Amino acid sequence: MIVAIASGKGGTGKTTVAVNLALSLAPDPGKPASTSVHLLDCDVEEPNAALFLHPEIQQRRAVGVLVPEIDFAKCTYCGRCAEVCQYNAIAVVQQKVLFFPELCHGCGSCTLNCPEGAIRERLRASAVLERGTVGQRLSFAQGTLNVGEAMAAPVIRQLKQWAIPKRTRRALVILDAPPGTACPVVEVMSGCDMVLMVTEPTPFGLHDLRLAVQVARGEMGLPVAVVINRDGVGDRGVESFCAAEDIPVLMRIPMDRRIAEAYSDGKPMVEAIPEYHPRFRELYDRMREVAAP
Amino acid sequence: MKQLVTLSGKGGTGKTSVTAALAHLAAQGASIVVADADVDAANLELVLQPTPVEEHAFISGSLAIVDASLCTACGRCAEVCRFEAVISDGDSYHVEPIACEGCASCFHQCPAQAIRLQPRHSGQWYRSDTPYGPLFHARLFAGQENSGKLVTLVKQQARLLALDRRAHFLLVDGPPGIGCPVISATSGADLALLVVEPTVSGIHDLQRILDTTEHFQVQSVVLINKADLNAHRAQEIASFCAARSVSLVGHVPFDVVVTEAMVQGQPVTAHADGPVTVELKRVWQKLRRRLTS
Repeated sequence: MIVAIASGKGGTGKTTVAVNLALSLAPDPGKPASTSVHLLDCDVEEPNAALFLHPEIQQRRAVGVLVPEIDFAKCTYCGRCAEVCQYNAIAVVQQKVLFFPELCHGCGSCTLNCPEGAIRERLRASAVLERGTVGQRLSFAQGTLNVGEAMAAPVIRQLKQWAIPKRTRRALVILDAPPGTACPVVEVMSGCDMVLMVTEPTPFGLHDLRLAVQVARGEMGLPVAVVINRDGVGDRGVESFCAAEDIPVLMRIPMDRRIAEAYSDGKPMVEAIPEYHPRFRELYDRMREVAAP
Repeated sequence: MKQLVTLSGKGGTGKTSVTAALAHLAAQGASIVVADADVDAANLELVLQPTPVEEHAFISGSLAIVDASLCTACGRCAEVCRFEAVISDGDSYHVEPIACEGCASCFHQCPAQAIRLQPRHSGQWYRSDTPYGPLFHARLFAGQENSGKLVTLVKQQARLLALDRRAHFLLVDGPPGIGCPVISATSGADLALLVVEPTVSGIHDLQRILDTTEHFQVQSVVLINKADLNAHRAQEIASFCAARSVSLVGHVPFDVVVTEAMVQGQPVTAHADGPVTVELKRVWQKLRRRLTS
């Protein structure tokens, strides 16, 4: 099963749920594994899961987008490349070709359209992907966008291609999504079996949950379920919304200072409060029912 | 007119609650305009009691559409698409709107000229009146591209009105992350207020957002929110700020009044007179001095 952990609003506890779910499901060292667990931190702008898991990184690679490189011996400055570029990443002014790499989406259309075959493509690195393991128990991967880079979505796409195992029937793949509801979030959700929304019971939480559900269920047709974090603060809006929309609430994590303190020190909740181990395993059982009813 | 942008890197640290409070405080002695630059999960409208004044469509980018009656099913479109947006239907192809980045590569390569490009209605933007001044905000439709362009548009409109009305301050509530919409929200700011919480994730993300604002040469100051949650981590932030020569403008304590104010749909400073409000008043005095000196 591949599950995206999303929320709309930031800071609702996506990473907390992703990390603790992974740790609770990962097999004990030395014991035969029925499920292999993979955690991918897809919040490439601000990846935080590694702060809680301290993975041992075994592989690292630079990724980015394929950008055009012009062979000026062949270029006739006809301007066709600039004409087809939808992102204004190329401008041809008299005998000059100006290229703005940060605007390039790497679609390759300029290369295909150049009548002189004067464009080649090279990789322009915009992020680093890393992969490794956490104590031999779970596979970990993350992407980190370089500072000053704009486009997260292509990095997420490449992270998923690189780190999601080919066969996922007996695996649990957890994708920790960034906040928001725009293209990076869609990139994470694409190809998932379900989306687990982590929200808080406040007007901001509800407002953004509504939008995130619209993306996951409305636009992408994926089953969704909710975890309410900091249960007890705020109001009843999220509960009413879930009931009205027929969205199952699979877990409620109470507002608890011990959880907030463990989080602030980078300690996984299931290590600080071991009673949560069985609760996260139970969450997984309920998620499977949602993903394959 | 001076422009302040509230950022954080990490989501859910309290950007919007802080910006709403600053709008309330600033409006008491100055004329302000407010812009919500979090266009995929806009929350400022929930606490500034907006009355709609104008609404406009945001048309940006394009969507490729295959005319099945002209399609010869040669598959060239799917071959050139780098976004996995072209899907085979057997005797024809179609484009998945949510995956299409509007690059037009398929449009140019289709030998049967069966593909057309349609301008994309990707969101709405609004101007509203609030008790504190005009608010510009927007909604990017679920899963759309170009959030940075919509942020730029919202800010541009807010700026024009601010100049027109000779407003003293433009307050911009930024999105989480460090990518495309954050870069758009940051450009042109006179000062960035970085709201951080005293957690390992908060500190990690603070470094990345500070690297980003420095990269774009925007001066930053830091505000620690929920500062008493972990005194040790708050001290770590203070040392980090000192090492990077960044001013720390305040320590807002954790208090349930912040959530209560949100439930009431009000800025916290308009809702309660406790320690949170006292500290935010002090913070605004410092920011105002810094912006106007």
